[in-house]
Amino acid sequence: MTPATGTFTLPARVLHWLMALLIVAMLFIGVGMVESVSERHEWLLAIHKPLGIAILLLAIVRLAVRLRHPPPPLPADLPALQKLAALASHWLLYFLMLAMPLIGWAMLSAGGYPVMLGTSLRLPPIFPTSAVAFAVLRHLHEWFAMLLFLTFLAHMGAALYHGLIRRDGVLSSMVGRRST
Amino acid sequence: MQEELSVPARRKGNAGSWALIGAVVAVTVAAFGYVGGWLAPHRLTPEKLIDQFQHNAGTFAGYRRNHAKGVCVAGYFDSNGQALAYSTAQVFAPGRTPVVGRFAIPGSNPYAPDGSVPIRSMALRFAQPNGQQWRTGMNSMPVFPVATPQAFYAQLQAQQPDPATGKPDPAKVAAFFAAHPETAAFRAWAKTARPSASFATESYESLNAFVFVDAYGKRQPVRWRMLPQATDGGGGAGKAGDVDYLAADLAARLAHGPLRWQLQITLANPGDPTNDATKTWPSDRRTIDAGTLVIDATTPQQNGECRDINYDPLVLPAGIVASDDPLLPARSAAYADSYLRRTSEEAHLPGTAAAHTEKQP
Repeated sequence: MTPATGTFTLPARVLHWLMALLIVAMLFIGVGMVESVSERHEWLLAIHKPLGIAILLLAIVRLAVRLRHPPPPLPADLPALQKLAALASHWLLYFLMLAMPLIGWAMLSAGGYPVMLGTSLRLPPIFPTSAVAFAVLRHLHEWFAMLLFLTFLAHMGAALYHGLIRRDGVLSSMVGRRST
Repeated sequence: MQEELSVPARRKGNAGSWALIGAVVAVTVAAFGYVGGWLAPHRLTPEKLIDQFQHNAGTFAGYRRNHAKGVCVAGYFDSNGQALAYSTAQVFAPGRTPVVGRFAIPGSNPYAPDGSVPIRSMALRFAQPNGQQWRTGMNSMPVFPVATPQAFYAQLQAQQPDPATGKPDPAKVAAFFAAHPETAAFRAWAKTARPSASFATESYESLNAFVFVDAYGKRQPVRWRMLPQATDGGGGAGKAGDVDYLAADLAARLAHGPLRWQLQITLANPGDPTNDATKTWPSDRRTIDAGTLVIDATTPQQNGECRDINYDPLVLPAGIVASDDPLLPARSAAYADSYLRRTSEEAHLPGTAAAHTEKQP
């Protein structure tokens, strides 16, 4: 097989692994907090909001890095369908990591809640108060979270497939070590 | 290079790799399923609590799943500055904070007769100039029946009407109370409590403890109450046959002028329980008067501003934080689910309960 040439740039790799950790943690925090009536509900919610804004800011930086430094090409012998799946899933991940925090922020705004990132730090509303909009955005937040989780699973599975089965250098282009 | 391996060797190596990939994905899905409750069926969730309210009284689309019957009110809070020594919350600085509130009676049926329960509730949203909010839901009883969300859920289950009689099974209710001696204080109060003829004459208690935080970060556990200035005729229960007398009484009183309550903050002594809403604190605890709540307008809840407000007791401004009372996160989580259900019904989203025709004014 033809190994992919080159690796992602260092900023891209750092952002990828940091955000992977944050986003996966965020998905678990999200489903955990809405399914709990214990004090867990409270402290997970207190992490969820500032972490979401942190992910939004990192995603903006990451998008800029991605547009400035195109990723290394995929192996030339990768089937077209797999190339398409890789491209589509990457842009879906970018879309979701930007959309999820914005929907969460808009949803709280529509519900008339003060958007508190801590005990005193408050963000301004980004959507007019509307119960109907709240309901739609709240469901959208949940459906997109499930979509993000499924996309993450596919992404992780594909990365392991590249690293363990194809051994084509795609995984190592993000790990940063060139394999033989 | 891969190509140099024989086909069987590659297949053998790949089988292990495929198994590893499958295992990693499966473990991730299982962990997600457990945290998200799908694989933890015994966990008490907000959905279970709200479902139980619906089992007990039916589903009334568009309405809160508890304290469904109520009216919107509006006014302001005149702070005298005295609570500022204990909490940095802007609402306690001398001056006025606008309030949107709601009076209600407990229960999931928005058509329940006002005299069917001896409890009245007051929910308030204080909107501070800095954009932070203080939301509180208070009840006109001295203690809560139970101390934990699990006990509350068990109480709701015990009170579910028997399909045969349409009423709760007395044996199940008795068994619940026997298993929960912490309900004794509430039951003793309920024995003598009578439904009041007015929202205006009631005293409303926070029941749960909270913690005030001062400018130096010092924490002071507190409870609060709204003490009415109107003290006339709390005894009767409206004219015979009138089941909606509370809203009418409120409107009649407001036609003559605003109604007022004193906000009293009770300061816990060290060692007073903050995690048990079934226990009052000793009566000699220091109480400060933080100011006056003035209510000067009322609107039916169908089109009032309070309709779309979730009076989540954990929406708090800087200077007030939750205590370790386990009921607080449960209230917050359950209110959020109730709010999602009723706003989804308002939005006519697929899969939600259809609105009752009676809802339309």
